[in-house]
Amino acid sequence: MKILVCISHVPDTTSKINFVENNTRLDTNGVQFIIGPYDDYALARAVELKETSGATITVLNVGQADTEPTIRKALAIGADDAIRVNAEPTDSFFVASQIAAQAKEGGYDLILMGRESIDYNSGAVHGIVGEMLGIPSISPVMTLDIEGTTAKLAREIEGGKEYLEVNLPFVAGCQEPIAEWKIPNMRGIMSARTKPLKVVEPVSTDSGVKLETYELPPAKGAVKMISADNVQELVSLLKNEAKVI
Amino acid sequence: MNSLVFVESAEGKIKKTSLEAVAFAHAMGGNVTAIAIGQTEQAELENLGKYGAKKVLHVADDKLNQGVIQAYAAVLAKAFQDEQADVLVLADSSLGTPVGARVAAKLDASLASNVVQLPDTSSGFVVKRSIYTGKAFANVSLTKPKKVIGIKKNAAEVKEVGSSASVTPFQVSLSDADFSTKITSSEKATGEVLLPEANIVVSGGRGMKGPEHWGSIEELAKTLGAATGCSKPVSDMGWRPHHEHVGQTGVKVAPQLYIAVGISGAIQHLAGVNSSKCIVVVNKDPEAPFFKAADYGIVGDAFDILPKLNDAIKAAK
Ligand SMILES: Cc1cc2nc3c(=O)[nH]c(=O)nc-3n(C[C@H](O)[C@H](O)[C@H](O)COP(=O)(O)OP(=O)(O)OC[C@H]3O[C@@H](n4cnc5c(N)ncnc54)[C@H](O)[C@@H]3O)c2cc1C
Repeated sequence: MKILVCISHVPDTTSKINFVENNTRLDTNGVQFIIGPYDDYALARAVELKETSGATITVLNVGQADTEPTIRKALAIGADDAIRVNAEPTDSFFVASQIAAQAKEGGYDLILMGRESIDYNSGAVHGIVGEMLGIPSISPVMTLDIEGTTAKLAREIEGGKEYLEVNLPFVAGCQEPIAEWKIPNMRGIMSARTKPLKVVEPVSTDSGVKLETYELPPAKGAVKMISADNVQELVSLLKNEAKVI
Repeated sequence: MNSLVFVESAEGKIKKTSLEAVAFAHAMGGNVTAIAIGQTEQAELENLGKYGAKKVLHVADDKLNQGVIQAYAAVLAKAFQDEQADVLVLADSSLGTPVGARVAAKLDASLASNVVQLPDTSSGFVVKRSIYTGKAFANVSLTKPKKVIGIKKNAAEVKEVGSSASVTPFQVSLSDADFSTKITSSEKATGEVLLPEANIVVSGGRGMKGPEHWGSIEELAKTLGAATGCSKPVSDMGWRPHHEHVGQTGVKVAPQLYIAVGISGAIQHLAGVNSSKCIVVVNKDPEAPFFKAADYGIVGDAFDILPKLNDAIKAAK
């Protein structure tokens, strides 16, 4: 089985977000970049499937040269080789077009990624890739098991989950508890240095989405503290001041 | 500008977030056509007229009673073309968002999800999207003639603007390939307020000490007509079901009121609640970071405050 795992390279979840260049670029000063947490779940599940049924894992990232440490980390976790599409990942359609182009060439049985990236939160790439390749796309996926050419999955729905069956190949947008995040070990880190990382140029597309500006939410006012002996005051503030109950 | 609105229902009733999508489309101007797929009560469909739909299409096909992503995308793409709509509006959800993505790819439309307010059409079509899990916004131009937009909860206010609409059956011939994903079964909490749509959320963290103490969270939620939520470690330890986990890697909520009890306020938790209108924090540690993100705070023991708060709210009703 050939698995393609698509990973985003995103600011660590604790990062403070600020913008520069007239609010058109992220201020990367002091920001640490990681594998998108949802993509990390997808990768972890792929590694488990490899361990149980002997798959090969190719990891793909659409990004510029600065994403290579993130890609190497995915190789250290257990991917066999990597592709970097040398371009800035501007929007879902652009990224999905790059993934679809690589997927057509590679002929994968399974394409995994996170349900969304935590920078743009679109949750759209899996759907667009599925449509471009004419195969099913399922998201957000909570469990994934494969027997032969059939997969059994659970998908989260509001307030519960539904269970599905689908034949390979398909695209899945993953989330917990599909697998536990894996931390690379020393051997993984050593071997990752020499695993193949291919750099390819992007295919051209017109996504019809253009960034104008970024902005930050207005600063929050100060918290009002209420004594533990006076919860009635809280209730009256919620009723009369905040008007939320 | 004409729009098509995909409305979702649960147990036959149109979801509140979908009513917001209809209201959003109405506020954009132009003709609004709503489309419902699968089992939905007739009266509910007619009612969509009140919120701004001129026309309501209903696809009644037993095979579509469950949300098959590909089949739903095929139906919406057909309706989008037949109705000659310019914009497809849908409420972001576990179904709406992935379906919208496929429709956009099918019809070569510009796509934006997590849209938080009406587009600025003074020059072009600019939408404001929530990004970095609520930590920022992006204003983006959608430049293709056709557009698909997913809206975030509270992006529009639901109000009555018209009278009931007529409902027209809509048929699409779907291929086997559209049903290549088979839904074999599902499980769903019934009769409770669903977390992603709730107006009030009462959420508990590790400070609640164990699942046996959730009774007081549930009591308060019941009094307020609220949904219950939790922090990630709480669902990781199996104290609460996964679908209640709020935050960066869980459900993002946007209620009027979010009450956090025994949750420290880690940045990953805050990412899921920062769109709430009002936040109340109860924590025994005055230094808990959550207080910085709160509107109202009480330093105290959860087991002491929860019953007192419940009584006070009951008394005030
Ligand atoms: C990549 C990543 C993603 C993550 N995603 C999420 C996410 O989506 N959602 C999420 O919640 N977390 C997430 N986390 C975890 C997050 O960092 C925190 O560990 C978690 O939110 C802490 O949960 P908590 O507040 O319940 O527990 P703690 O941090 O242990 O806090 C417990 C709080 O309870 C208070 N307390 C204790 N006893 C009482 C009492 N009797 N009465 C009142 N207060 C009391 C304490 O003072 C403390 O503030 C993520 C972490 C990572 C690394």
